[in-house]
Amino acid sequence: MTELILSRLQFAMTTFYHFMFVPLTLGLGVLVAMMETWYVKSGNETYKKMTKFWGKLFLINFAIGVVTGLTQEFQFGMNWSEYSRFVGDIFGAPLAMEALVAFFLESTFLGLWVFGWDKLSKKIHLTAIWIVAISSNISAFFILVANSFMQEPVGYALRNGRAEMTDFLAIITNPHVIYQFPHTVLSGFVTAAFFVMGVSAYHLLKKNHPDLFKRSFQIAVIFGLISTLGVAGIGHLQGMHLVKSQPMKMAAAEAHWETENPAGLSLYASIDEKEQKNNIEIKIPALLSFLSYNSFTGEVKGIHELQEAAVQEYGPGNYVPPVTSLFWSFRIMLTAGLWLVLMSVLGIYFYKTKAYEQKAWFLKLMLWTIPVPYIANTAGWFLAEVGRQPWIVYGLQQVDLGLSTSVSLVSMTIAFIGFLLVYLVLAIAEVYLMVKYIKKGPEEVNKEENLKGGVRGASLWT
Amino acid sequence: MDLNILWFILIAVLFVGFFFLEGFDFGVGILLPFLGRNDQERRVVINTIGPHWDGNEVWLITAGGAMFAAFPNWYATLFSGFFLALFLVLFSLIIRGVAFEYRSSDASPRWRSTWDWVIFTGSLLLSILWGVAMTNLIKGVPIDAKMQYAGTFFDLLSPYTIVGGLTTLLVFMLHGALFLSLKTTGTMAERSSAAGQKIGLAAIPVVLLFAVLTYLQTDLFASLGAGITLLASGVTLILAAILLRSGKAGWAFITNGLTILLFTLSLFWGLFPRVMISSLNMDWSLTIYNASSSPYTLKIMTIVAIVMVPIVLLYQGWTYWVFRNRVTEKNLHY
Ligand code: HDD
Ligand code: HEM
Ligand code: HEM
Repeated sequence: MTELILSRLQFAMTTFYHFMFVPLTLGLGVLVAMMETWYVKSGNETYKKMTKFWGKLFLINFAIGVVTGLTQEFQFGMNWSEYSRFVGDIFGAPLAMEALVAFFLESTFLGLWVFGWDKLSKKIHLTAIWIVAISSNISAFFILVANSFMQEPVGYALRNGRAEMTDFLAIITNPHVIYQFPHTVLSGFVTAAFFVMGVSAYHLLKKNHPDLFKRSFQIAVIFGLISTLGVAGIGHLQGMHLVKSQPMKMAAAEAHWETENPAGLSLYASIDEKEQKNNIEIKIPALLSFLSYNSFTGEVKGIHELQEAAVQEYGPGNYVPPVTSLFWSFRIMLTAGLWLVLMSVLGIYFYKTKAYEQKAWFLKLMLWTIPVPYIANTAGWFLAEVGRQPWIVYGLQQVDLGLSTSVSLVSMTIAFIGFLLVYLVLAIAEVYLMVKYIKKGPEEVNKEENLKGGVRGASLWT
Repeated sequence: MDLNILWFILIAVLFVGFFFLEGFDFGVGILLPFLGRNDQERRVVINTIGPHWDGNEVWLITAGGAMFAAFPNWYATLFSGFFLALFLVLFSLIIRGVAFEYRSSDASPRWRSTWDWVIFTGSLLLSILWGVAMTNLIKGVPIDAKMQYAGTFFDLLSPYTIVGGLTTLLVFMLHGALFLSLKTTGTMAERSSAAGQKIGLAAIPVVLLFAVLTYLQTDLFASLGAGITLLASGVTLILAAILLRSGKAGWAFITNGLTILLFTLSLFWGLFPRVMISSLNMDWSLTIYNASSSPYTLKIMTIVAIVMVPIVLLYQGWTYWVFRNRVTEKNLHY
């Protein structure tokens, strides 16, 4: 174990963990706000129950999203201090703006929403949840602006031994974030849509509150179809952009060793990273050219040629990211995407024909689809971040040079184990509460009887 | 005024805001097991800060972001240098935050007492750690010529810094007790102000000791303003204790809030224009100039801050207005 590996592991752990909770926040916030809008418009109590039920799940998830975000904010200075010195001039700004513009709004108005059911007028209460939903998506924008600078540095000049900001507008309109932001936000919407559909399917199977859960399903299925198509469409455009901006990442994601024109797309490859070739591959001719340029001809550069070009530009070194894992993470995301498109189309079809509550197989399938967006999210970030290796800031700083120099291996190990343990415990508590409230259904959440009167025996001193 | 100075002030203000607001959250968390004698009472105690604690914590997140944006070298040296201390801070913030949200979501006695203990422990650790950290900043830490921290975790612990930790601990506890006496009714309010009186008595000698040690161990008093501010914070603390004794909890809360404000300001004032003092060689200290971002970044950030900070203050203030009523067992929600 070296400091570098440990820091990378810790970074991966904390970020993936954070992003287990973030997508649901992004999407479920919007869905809950929509439900409450219907309630305020129609006065129909079912929508109020819906709002409270999904709102409770939203809160359970939100709690962990918030506290894991704290680690994110601090770990750049803790583990990656040299990186922080190098890009602080640029990278700190969106982080500070995220806090000033988004986090304050989000946390303050969430407090109002939770505790304000009978202190605020209906309209103001509704406004509070919309502010929460919108500001969490704004926060995603700022953090992705920061991330995009690492993927595709723009609007800077190298001065005083660091990257200094020269054009703020260029930084927030980074071509990378133009694709990354909608792709990520929509992936959050997809996650929430399938969460709501899956949980509704569970209750429809049990015939609990069919009215409430049919309404939930209907909102989610439309929301889900639009978002899934959006995420796939934008993902394609994003891929096209990456072929230009980070050709090595895409070549690795395709295990595309040699330059070809037209280039074929591998569905399967048995990759030999040592020999730098594929032993077996199943290819569809010309499809990679199509995905890269929307045309069946066009040269797609291979890893070998890109590596040579990189050596020319940056000096000797290995510029090839881990090919096998990128290849498969990309395919996992794509397969998940196809599966989700299929499920939303099926969902819409059954919703139109109004037959889905009877179709047990379909409902079960929906239930089991809940994890799929999570898998896609994780695979997507894996591709984005690991594909950037060996760079921490693409073309400007390599990962090993970003590491803190004053932190000992012992300290890092303590922190790593500490975070690992606390994350495990919190994950267990989270899943326990989620499952509990999902199973109990809307009645329990609304009664909140366990909150009144106090629990006897919950003592601190005996 | 140049923007470097402005940003130093802004960061000081963010910390003042954080300590003032989250200060009573910490205090309430520490007092939870002492004042809440049964589950229902503890829910009352927690609900006094329920709608606010996350918003209060964002002051810290913003301070961190602002340091990163305006003084990247400060952010880098401080966070990597105080690595384990910050790990403890994060750890405590994480478990405590989840505890607030989760403790009432299950009715099992074991579940509730566990999370209540988490709230207590997290709040206690944090109150001490912030004092230790601030005291180290003013005392100076080993920083080498390359702006790197050259010590270990244990270099951060000395009698002086521990007194610093006790100071914030007691001041925050008093702050929390006063807040509770304002936000609750009946016996709970009485209990809180009784606790506040005892804490106040304990806090006064510790703060005075802190001032003496500061005089001996740091150059804070070299700046007359910083020295006077520090002493003034001792005076307001004594005033707060007297006011509480005569039953004026509201005034006592404001006066003790002033203590937090003056205390924090005096430490930042004593630092200025340095942001981290090197105990190895004064010339190796980080200052608002050698640690800062480019003028362009500072300009952009200034525009954003000038627009956003007043708006934030307005709506955060508004939520305190919405929840101005006292929390009783009858109007418990959530
Ligand atoms: C603000 C910037 C930023 C953002 C939004 C993310 N990352 Fe990242 N990531 C980094 C900034 C970064 C970094 C600081 O640049 C790291 C640390 C080490 C490295 O190679 O890059 C990194 C590394 C890194 C690694 C390790 C890569 C390796 O060492 O090979 C993984 C797996 C992730 N990240 C995953 C994620 C996930 C799941 C994210 C979703 C929330 C995410 N990152 C968001
Ligand atoms: C490494 C980069 C990141 C940092 C430094 C970071 C920082 C934070 C912090 C400090 C919080 C807590 C805010 C509070 O207390 O209210 C938070 C929450 C949140 N973050 Fe992140 N974050 C990062 C990555 C991301 C990404 C990539 C996204 C989305 C695309 C995101 C979206 C959110 C959202 C929606 C919340 C609200 C609460 C929740 O997660 O449930 N964050 N983040
Ligand atoms: C099926 C079509 C899809 C395509 C073509 C696609 C394409 C891509 C590409 C090329 C990236 C890498 C971006 C980079 O390296 O910067 C990416 C990242 C990502 N994908 Fe997808 N994706 C698809 C579906 C999905 C689905 C269904 C989800 C989740 C529900 C998802 C979630 C993500 C996430 C969270 C990231 C990381 C953030 C980012 O860089 O945008 N993707 N996707």
